[in-house]
Amino acid sequence: MLETIWFLLWGVLWAVYFMLDGFDLGLGTLMPVVAKTDTERRLVYHVMGPFWDGNEVWLITAGGVTFAAFPTTYATMFSGLYSALMLILFALIVRGVSFAFRDEVNSPRWKCVWDTCLVVGSFLPALLLGVAFANIFRGLPIDQEGIYQGTLFTLLNPYGLAGGILFVLLFLVHGALWLAVKSSGDLHDRAAKLLPKLWAALLVMAVIFLLTTRRATFLYDNYLANPVLFLILAVTVAALVMIRVYIAKGSWWRAWFASCVTIVGTVLFGVVGLYPKLLPSSIDPAFSLTAFNSSSSPLTLKIMLAVALTFVPIVIAYQAWVHHVFRHKSGEEDLEHEEGY
Amino acid sequence: MDALMLSRLQFAVATFFHFIFVPLTLGLSILIAIMETKFVRTGDEEYRRLAKFWGKIFIINFAVGVVTGITLEFQFGTNWSRYSRYVGDIFGSILAIEATLAFFLESTFLAVWIFGWKRLSPKLHCLSIWLVAFAANLSALWILMANAWMQHPVGYTLRNGRAELTDFLAVVTQPFGFQIYFHTLSGAYILAGFFVMGVSAYHLLRKQHVAFFTKSLRMGLVFALIFSLAEVVQGHIHGAEVAKIQPSKLAAMEALWDTQANAPQTLFIIPDEKNERNLVEFGKIPGALSLLAYHSTGATVKGLKDFPKEERPPVALTFIAFRVMVALGFFFALVTVIAWLKRNKLADSPRLLKLLLYSIPLPYIALQAGWIVTEVGRQPWIVWGLMKTKDAVSPIAASQVGISLTAFIVAYSLLGATAFYLIAKHVRRGPEPVRGEG
Ligand code: HDD
Ligand code: HEM
Ligand code: HEM
Repeated sequence: MLETIWFLLWGVLWAVYFMLDGFDLGLGTLMPVVAKTDTERRLVYHVMGPFWDGNEVWLITAGGVTFAAFPTTYATMFSGLYSALMLILFALIVRGVSFAFRDEVNSPRWKCVWDTCLVVGSFLPALLLGVAFANIFRGLPIDQEGIYQGTLFTLLNPYGLAGGILFVLLFLVHGALWLAVKSSGDLHDRAAKLLPKLWAALLVMAVIFLLTTRRATFLYDNYLANPVLFLILAVTVAALVMIRVYIAKGSWWRAWFASCVTIVGTVLFGVVGLYPKLLPSSIDPAFSLTAFNSSSSPLTLKIMLAVALTFVPIVIAYQAWVHHVFRHKSGEEDLEHEEGY
Repeated sequence: MDALMLSRLQFAVATFFHFIFVPLTLGLSILIAIMETKFVRTGDEEYRRLAKFWGKIFIINFAVGVVTGITLEFQFGTNWSRYSRYVGDIFGSILAIEATLAFFLESTFLAVWIFGWKRLSPKLHCLSIWLVAFAANLSALWILMANAWMQHPVGYTLRNGRAELTDFLAVVTQPFGFQIYFHTLSGAYILAGFFVMGVSAYHLLRKQHVAFFTKSLRMGLVFALIFSLAEVVQGHIHGAEVAKIQPSKLAAMEALWDTQANAPQTLFIIPDEKNERNLVEFGKIPGALSLLAYHSTGATVKGLKDFPKEERPPVALTFIAFRVMVALGFFFALVTVIAWLKRNKLADSPRLLKLLLYSIPLPYIALQAGWIVTEVGRQPWIVWGLMKTKDAVSPIAASQVGISLTAFIVAYSLLGATAFYLIAKHVRRGPEPVRGEG
């Protein structure tokens, strides 16, 4: 029971991370396309500025909770995916400092360096996290000892890449919507014009992914055994459609919320299909790491549950308050007295 | 080199680099919070400018602290997977709690502080920097409790082939952990104090912004003085604890080979590890070590020869690092006391100002030396008495670690150089000009 609760919490934490950092990663990737002048670029940074670091901590927490609740999975996952994870970490490093460094020196070359860092540092994690999760859905070559027997290139199979592209598109839509919500004028218009195209690409990719999932993974087994669960998929697909509806109406906030539901739904679809496996083994299903054979002791799980149930709501409350404080659209007047980032 | 050596090097590079930025975050956040509180209390515009000037440096420093922290969080899994599996039940949960309690608070409210000057009331804005300072110091508490558990494991039992938690409170309130916490925090506050004093001295030497930087220097001085004195006293209590729980580390810290009563402290030694003796010894103080470790000059202190060879830490490095730290500790206490005595004529003492300016790097060296004592002195154990470092490493290819280690060195060098350049640039530019509006 405890293990099952933690399995779900684990999935929810990752889903929340993707929902929140998704718009930063997407918008960072999109920046060169939507922002033409230096002022516009600064505005793009500005609409992410108050949020990106708080969003990234959800990744640290998702990683930390994997360590705390399922240490064996944490050990196998992060040592097995060593090179991919290192790439993600370096990307996150250059992305993170580009916020603080970009406007410190007033030279186009300097700014260009950090803008490039932002784009690469946003795109790579989006892609690689998608690749990693798709590969987890598909199963990794894990042996009896729980040791990963592949390389970085094992991950770059068609299904893994499809997962990567799906994540990138999900985040691009999410980021473009965030910009549409938070800006006005040319920036807003460019985001609005781009969105129908991005959405169409996302739809195509989502269909491909859902169909190949049937062939490449065992995820549907849980759903077929328990058809009620198809509700998750139904809600996700409905939310995906609603994004388009709200875009057509110009209801940007609503479209953004629909996009949140789509991202959370997509991740939960995978996680629920995985249950109870955290890392399925493609060598022999018996070698898989599950919520039961890789978890911490009941005492640790109980303490961590108390901590999570007390503090995660508090975190959500103050992060929501921050969104309320910075709910305005960003304009040039905001850039004047800015302190950095 | 094998994956083990490379992983150790990589961990050392990554933590050292992280800890270049961490202590300034810990100390400066509090100083800025005090400055802004004075602004809110008195409405004196100067304090707002102080908070903004030091705040800018803080932001750059913080950014590098954050990005280098993330890599550490995941390195336990990437490079030390056997360790993670063995102790995750205890160690992993402390790390997860740290993120949930502290990192969210810290990063969320720093953003509020940066972007909220115009959007929040002065009081709320001031509260946000206090929350940042509180959260940073809280995060240090958790990570150091995790580290203390590696130095002195408590509250666990060996079950299912790993260490499992039996007593959570024992783990998170262990006395040795608080020793490490107070010692490390005092060190960080000394560093922040010296940083602020040094930067202020730079401008005072040039007779620029005199009122502004006299105020800064005074605040940095109070901070550095209190904690420099506290550090020397607490450091000795800390040493006595080490003698109790990690006797082989103590012996390495003092390069003491033979078990003896009335054990001396020696000012200068060149240890010769191969032949289990010291090449050069100079300045013996008989009985001092016995007194320090066991509060009696006659007490017997165990020497290195009485530990099996494979359970001794590297002696030379531990010994030198300890000497460097202690020497600097006395130096900080001396300098701050002198500066305090001259506090009213500091602006006219160019020699003292120069000394303060050139002292900026010294606390950085002392802090890193301290960690060398703690971590190298802990070898060959990764968890004292439970697990050896060599059994902790991930089953990964050395080539993988070689590449990532190289990448770390290159990326961190560039990052460090950039951060240094930006901070230096900002320091030289000085505070923003006085504005008419508030
Ligand atoms: C004594 C203090 C101390 C020590 C020993 C460490 N850290 Fe640290 N860490 C902090 C004190 C700190 C901090 C003051 O809270 C930081 C530094 C700069 C900052 O922005 O927050 C931080 C940031 C920071 C972050 C980023 C948080 C964010 O995004 O806001 C992570 C993930 C870690 N650390 C993880 C670690 C790990 C895994 C360590 C052990 C090997 C470690 N730190 C040693
Ligand atoms: C921030 C200050 C710290 C510094 C400068 C530091 C320094 C070092 C150094 C030099 C090593 C290599 C020792 C060797 O292999 O000979 C090391 C190893 C290690 N340290 Fe730390 N450390 C710090 C904090 C921490 C903390 C807070 C933790 C845990 C919570 C930690 C956990 C480890 C682990 C897991 C290893 C790897 C295994 C080993 O080599 O022993 N360190 N550290
Ligand atoms: C005369 C003064 C000092 C004494 C007697 C002293 C003593 C000690 C001892 C015994 C340790 C090892 C603890 C362990 O292995 O767990 C230690 C570690 C350390 N020292 Fe010092 N120290 C002094 C001054 C300083 C100063 C001035 C700084 C920095 C500004 C500093 C920073 C550190 C740090 C960061 C550590 C590692 C963390 C820890 O274990 O607490 N020390 N010190």
